[in-house]
Amino acid sequence: MQFGIFTVSDITTDPTNDTTPTEHERIKALVTIAKKAEEVGLDVFALGEHHNEPFVSSSPTTTLAYIAAQTDNLLLSTATTLITTNDPVKIAEDFSMLQHLSDGRVDVMMGRGNTGPVYPWFGKDIRDGIPLAIENYALLHKLWREHTVDWQGKYRTPLQGFTSTPRPLDDVPPFVWHGSIRSPEIAEQAAYYGDGFFANNIFWPKEHYMKLIAYYRQRFEHYGHGSADQAIVGLGGQAFMRAKSQDAVNEFRPYFDNAPVYGHGPSLEDFTEQTPLTVGSPQQVIDRYASMREYFGDYQRQLFLMDHAGLPLKTVLEQLDILGSEVVPVLRKEFAKDRPAHVPDGPTHASLVAARDAAIDTATDTATTVVQEFPTDSALEASK
Amino acid sequence: MSDSAIETPAQRLAKRLVVVSAGLSQPSSTRLLADRLTTATVDRLREQDVEVDVTVVELRDLAHDITNNLLTGFASPKLQEALDALADADGLIAVTPIFTTSYSGLFKSFVDVIDTAALTDLPVLIGATGGTERHSLALDYAMRPLFSYLHAVVVPTAVYAASADWGSDAGLSDRIGRAAGELAALVRDSERSGRVRDPFELPAGFSPVGGFGAQ
Repeated sequence: MQFGIFTVSDITTDPTNDTTPTEHERIKALVTIAKKAEEVGLDVFALGEHHNEPFVSSSPTTTLAYIAAQTDNLLLSTATTLITTNDPVKIAEDFSMLQHLSDGRVDVMMGRGNTGPVYPWFGKDIRDGIPLAIENYALLHKLWREHTVDWQGKYRTPLQGFTSTPRPLDDVPPFVWHGSIRSPEIAEQAAYYGDGFFANNIFWPKEHYMKLIAYYRQRFEHYGHGSADQAIVGLGGQAFMRAKSQDAVNEFRPYFDNAPVYGHGPSLEDFTEQTPLTVGSPQQVIDRYASMREYFGDYQRQLFLMDHAGLPLKTVLEQLDILGSEVVPVLRKEFAKDRPAHVPDGPTHASLVAARDAAIDTATDTATTVVQEFPTDSALEASK
Repeated sequence: MSDSAIETPAQRLAKRLVVVSAGLSQPSSTRLLADRLTTATVDRLREQDVEVDVTVVELRDLAHDITNNLLTGFASPKLQEALDALADADGLIAVTPIFTTSYSGLFKSFVDVIDTAALTDLPVLIGATGGTERHSLALDYAMRPLFSYLHAVVVPTAVYAASADWGSDAGLSDRIGRAAGELAALVRDSERSGRVRDPFELPAGFSPVGGFGAQ
């Protein structure tokens, strides 16, 4: 089980003192937060991609490479990489490059984006969102697995004799998650390829995601990648903690009430009841998240949103201290209890290389057996 | 419990009628009109030996939930119940006050949080209330196109009740009776409540690898 944080990189005014970080301050804060994640023992840092204010993260691989150079174990990911408006050729190249530089500490989460005008700004049509996600990923998947690619599609200029460089590290592409809030097409796509499915459930009730994840698991099994409970599932989360529950509520409420996305809408109480947002003591967060497997099955990755809505950097770092020291160690134990041995851990480069090598060994063994059972003509000749 | 005692959707005998009332005051003349239309429709169906379950949705009670849904993108459990009832309904009676030449903002906000495919083929009777009869055409230039866009089937007779209609016998009862007859005929033949809906139905022709390339 992998635990980590994801950030949307918003620049939001702190409603308690009316101060707003500069772009430079926020970008540096993202790096500090990522390094803190490693320091407190988290596994994953994932960064969003946006092309509009008030978000600063337009170039995740640049940022993640800079973080990779200053960390040792942290797995670097995205939340999300826009598979719709980016050129899949450039995604293949950027993430292979990052994979080499970080010694394999990278995976990627595909998403379609949530800002309508980004499509036309990048020469696309939002009505083609799903077909773009399907076709672009099909090309990306091929570029990472085949050395020389001939390809023709609907949305991009054709390729003849193209090789994406650098080749993936150890010829094993970065693991891919497909992020989705509601589209069954994306769950189907993730299942078809045997890729991970990340249900970004932080703004919606669990009932919807129980159905969507069950669907993905069923289709994962249908496509022959393993049993439904071996499908690779990631979930979002959101928490704000203080030793005393009421202190957490009092401190977080102004940020909640003014937050982008849900501010000026439902009450903090309603929203925490209806979504995974948990505001209270570390024990309350442990209880809430330890129960997630009851609804979604044993899963592989839990990412928390900790640094949005104008929370000051100092507060975010305190939250990460609590998350890393008090919450995640207990959750690791809780999630390990009664977890069936055949349920895989969150994928890493090392586990993917091992799986690939095991598959080659099995194939070789099978091939040897076939030769023994059905001798070739030349073997028959030799035995005469 | 024996198997035969478990009711499957296809075995349902009672039709499902949903009534949406967007009146703001309590009591409201909008709810009064909605109740008259409901009673008339249920009577017509019972005359034909068709049982009907009625669910009344008062939008006033859901006003905060509707606004929150607009802001957050998801429905509270209470609002979700109303949306589910609509998706499985055999008929809808929708009544709104006319404000500033059209349906009320609350009514439109509610319609805006309904899934755009959820009302397809749904028989609908539209009604409205207002201070004077001068706004009666709002039913035909605002309400009717709204439901046509959503592929619902709106019955020909729409019922408008001005304040004065409650004090005269100017034909309000006749219009209610005619509209109820039109709706009852469609509700009786509707199979919407017996359908099994697949929330993850993929679009026809969908392929996880697309039409070109990496096969």
